[in-house]
Amino acid sequence: MEITGTVTTARAAGLIACRRCTTVWPAGTATCGRCGHAIASRDQLSLQKVWAWWIVGVVCYVPANVLPMLQTRTLGMVENNTIIGGAAQLADHGNWGVAIVILVASVMIPIGKFAVIAALAISVRHGSGMSQLRRQHLFELVEYIGRWSMIDVFVVALLSSLVQLGALAAVAPGPASLYFAMSVVFTMLSAQSFDSRMIWDPDTIVSRADRLRRLPGQPG
Amino acid sequence: MSQSAPIIPGPDPADLIACPRCDALYRVSEPARGERAVCARCHTVLIAPRRGAGLQLIAVALTVVILVISATIFPFLTIRVGNAWHSSSILGAALSFHGGPFVFLALAVAALIVFVPVLRALLMLYVLIPLVWDRPPATGARRAFRLSEDLRPWSMAEVFAIGCAVALVKVADLADVDFGPAFWMFAVLVVLVVAQDTFMCRYSVWKSLER
Repeated sequence: MEITGTVTTARAAGLIACRRCTTVWPAGTATCGRCGHAIASRDQLSLQKVWAWWIVGVVCYVPANVLPMLQTRTLGMVENNTIIGGAAQLADHGNWGVAIVILVASVMIPIGKFAVIAALAISVRHGSGMSQLRRQHLFELVEYIGRWSMIDVFVVALLSSLVQLGALAAVAPGPASLYFAMSVVFTMLSAQSFDSRMIWDPDTIVSRADRLRRLPGQPG
Repeated sequence: MSQSAPIIPGPDPADLIACPRCDALYRVSEPARGERAVCARCHTVLIAPRRGAGLQLIAVALTVVILVISATIFPFLTIRVGNAWHSSSILGAALSFHGGPFVFLALAVAALIVFVPVLRALLMLYVLIPLVWDRPPATGARRAFRLSEDLRPWSMAEVFAIGCAVALVKVADLADVDFGPAFWMFAVLVVLVVAQDTFMCRYSVWKSLER
């Protein structure tokens, strides 16, 4: 069932909505009376928080790729592998499938998340050619995928605890695992800080409104 | 902005709800059981009551607690190459990070895959048991449910499960792997954790907590 009715926002009605339990309160309310969540018509600091976490996330992502993720000792030989190095080695051994999975999960998805969050944050201020619904879906996708990037860290943990066969073979976590985990957490916090209601607020987009004023014949 | 906006006279905010994702305002018309109320603008599910959901959620939460505790006690995976073998438990995986700053990572991993899922299940039991048996909500039930909701993204049991699959693919070429009882418990657990989040209608829980 779809709730019918014309779309008015809580803000346009002079009300403040609780993003956690969906109740609405008169303007000026600071705390939701039902669930106790702090409420605001729009989180004024949202974009600042998004960018702050985003920057720390990107900064952590650099050592996560430069430093070794996994240290493998086999019969006296020690080998330090970075994420990309490990994937390249797998590809060298003809294991293309796993190599591609690793590259997609550890390189393409994190970079994609950074790109999408940045694009969404920029679009709030400067408008976007993409429809609001599509941007909303992108945001939900990033929010959903965020936690799954932890897979790499869990794989390192599992391999390091499982492959402990004395002199035969032993795996230990490398410093990159720590940075990778931090990067994932900060990216999740960045996405969580984004107030998706801003996607739907037409009036925050300054440059776009100007553009429309200059071209009055253009459909909005 | 909020100060200059006119407050619509008349409608009592009590029967209004707003979409948490896009702020669209709706007058509540509760859907029939099994149906869902969806935001017309951004398609976010607003209300989705299900018959017997409370009891199901209690059963799921109880099972989660039992499974996580037993899954951490029993052996998880065993690896074999010739005569050499090594077993690992779930907590062993977390504790493979040790020394210096890795301690934080060990604690974080243990929290994400064991403590947070258990804590969420316990909080759900605390919140739901009085509601399902028509008692007044437990003291601090709202705070408990709020904490449970805050922790939702940080409960990563199912992510860990997929991590197991990836690790197994990597190890399979080098060694034989035996699955311990904890592995199968964890597999069931993952299905339950996902179910826990699909069954639950947050709107209904908050509404019941209002009494």
